[in-house]
Amino acid sequence: MAEPVLKVENLKKYFPIKRGLLAGLRGESQRFVRAVDGINFEVHNQEVFALVGESGCGKTTTGKLVMKLLEPTDGRIHLEGQDVTELKTQEEIKAYRKKVQMVYQDPFSSMNPRFRIYDVLEEPLLIHGIGETKAEREELIYKALEMVKIVPPEDYIGRHPHMLSGGQRQRVAIARSLILNPTFIVADEPVSMLDVSIRAEVLELMKELKERMGVTYLYITHDLSTARYFADHIAVMYLGRIVEMGPAKVVIDNPIHPYTRALLAAVPEPIPERRNIIKELPIKGEVPNAANIPPGCRFHPRCLYMERGLCDTKHPQLIEYEHEHWVECWLAGKI
Amino acid sequence: MAGNVLEVKDLKMYYFTSRGAVKAVDNLTFELKKGEVLGLAGESGCGKSSLGFTLMGMPTPPGKIVGGSIKIDGREIVGLPDDVLRKEVRWQKISMIFQGAMNALNPVYTIGYQMIEPLIYHKGMNKEEALDRAMKYLELVGLAPEIVYRYPHELSGGMKQRVVIATALLLDPEIVIADEPTTALDVVVQAQIINLMKKLKKELGLSMIFITHDLSILAEVSDRVAIMYAGKIVEIGDSEKIYYEPAHPYTQKLLGAIPRLHEDVERLEFIPGQPPNLITPPSGCRFHPRCPYAMQQCKEQVPELKEIEKDHYAACWLL
Repeated sequence: MAEPVLKVENLKKYFPIKRGLLAGLRGESQRFVRAVDGINFEVHNQEVFALVGESGCGKTTTGKLVMKLLEPTDGRIHLEGQDVTELKTQEEIKAYRKKVQMVYQDPFSSMNPRFRIYDVLEEPLLIHGIGETKAEREELIYKALEMVKIVPPEDYIGRHPHMLSGGQRQRVAIARSLILNPTFIVADEPVSMLDVSIRAEVLELMKELKERMGVTYLYITHDLSTARYFADHIAVMYLGRIVEMGPAKVVIDNPIHPYTRALLAAVPEPIPERRNIIKELPIKGEVPNAANIPPGCRFHPRCLYMERGLCDTKHPQLIEYEHEHWVECWLAGKI
Repeated sequence: MAGNVLEVKDLKMYYFTSRGAVKAVDNLTFELKKGEVLGLAGESGCGKSSLGFTLMGMPTPPGKIVGGSIKIDGREIVGLPDDVLRKEVRWQKISMIFQGAMNALNPVYTIGYQMIEPLIYHKGMNKEEALDRAMKYLELVGLAPEIVYRYPHELSGGMKQRVVIATALLLDPEIVIADEPTTALDVVVQAQIINLMKKLKKELGLSMIFITHDLSILAEVSDRVAIMYAGKIVEIGDSEKIYYEPAHPYTQKLLGAIPRLHEDVERLEFIPGQPPNLITPPSGCRFHPRCPYAMQQCKEQVPELKEIEKDHYAACWLL
């Protein structure tokens, strides 16, 4: 198989917890929130790779690490064969950011309200010195807006972000990420704040651009239904670990990890006959604090199948359960 | 009609802004049967939350009810003075579970303190009795009674949402309006809250109006569904009819926009354009500028809700 565009190896990010002076004097050891705790995955050319999980599972932190907005505690990130963690100088990082762009969740706060749409799109061009003359830049801006179907562009470039609807703003955000012609886009919950009908429009647009522009996406979401629709591969995260990973349809139609099963059982579906049935949710308790990760399998306190002496003491590893389908569970295939 | 706990007729609520009146709720007529969950869906800005607050008799300023009637158990509440509404209607007859439980609780008071306030005010209970009842209702929603001594920041999002639900039920209201009760919750917690609502419906026989933009969640709880667009109900009927035989083009498009978990969908549908401005809504059918089937008549005449089959109404000239 061809070399992956993005390769993440044993990636870790620990955030130190601030401790008081007294705790320091007492010699208490420094504690950490283990937001991302040793994850491995690969994203291939023109693929959509979805990171799915609940709040606090580390999916956004992973996105920020890939964007190099955070420095990893340990591990490696390779983009097109280049070791990203080795990039140190401003110029190197700037060149990297040209290749990797981000779309944020909230189109209301991800744009400077004082900028016109023209300025929003011109800024990355100026920073990266693309387009010698104003006319050249204008040409690129028009093209980018046409690509995301903000047409005719002349009607929009003079407007401020508040004069656009949420869907239009998110499309401008996508145009901004595409204007530098990146190879990789990190999309962090790009549609979760949009209305249903607009959500579908933005997803369709991102799908179309994948084919037309040849971009590869890391799609971060909590929504398994859109992940199935949009992504080729899905990785399910729980407390900083990938617990299950594989082709989108396989993970959703044949989940192995008890956590994936619980998540899937919880997804509401537009099937009204089930309205009087109280759904069985094969999970107990609540997500523990990431500063206090349970020993052994970190899902064991919430797992209905937990085996004493195994799951609560020994840490399982992500193994290839079947071709391309990875699971981190001691009981994979037995439950 | 017998069996209806709520009858709304020709209800109009406009926001009076400096730019003109925003017709957020425009000529709505529907009823809620006893023990039934009516789901209310639509995009942001279609007036579904405005309707919720209006039914509570407290449209958000500068909103005012400009016409129509709201009858709760046969009693007209439009036009009642505010102190009567507060003493006799709100929370006693009709209560509301607010959107965003995180913000519905006051961070500086204990849960108990916030819960007993309506009991002391409405039922004249003393503090002990009130606290006792609050604890009983916390147990009903699946929480430990000791939570009355806790502060909101000590609870998780799901627990806070349960507290808000318990508070809405404290005075045994006839009708509960749930306004996006699960947004901002994680998917597992959301499913737990939906299960709780189903359980309460069954055990207490609650009559409920469930407001959300998410048609998947709505299908999980609703016996009947009303679809709102630009301040009007465009279709209303039994859940099965709405989900499997939607009649209005807007409903059809909305359903086509949902990605399915266990089905392959080639292409999602979407509705081009955006919801109209409600100060000067489009003439005729308000959906016509976005409707793929719009005809001349749609631009000129306002379609009324008509019964296309038993208990299934839609407002569209094509039918």
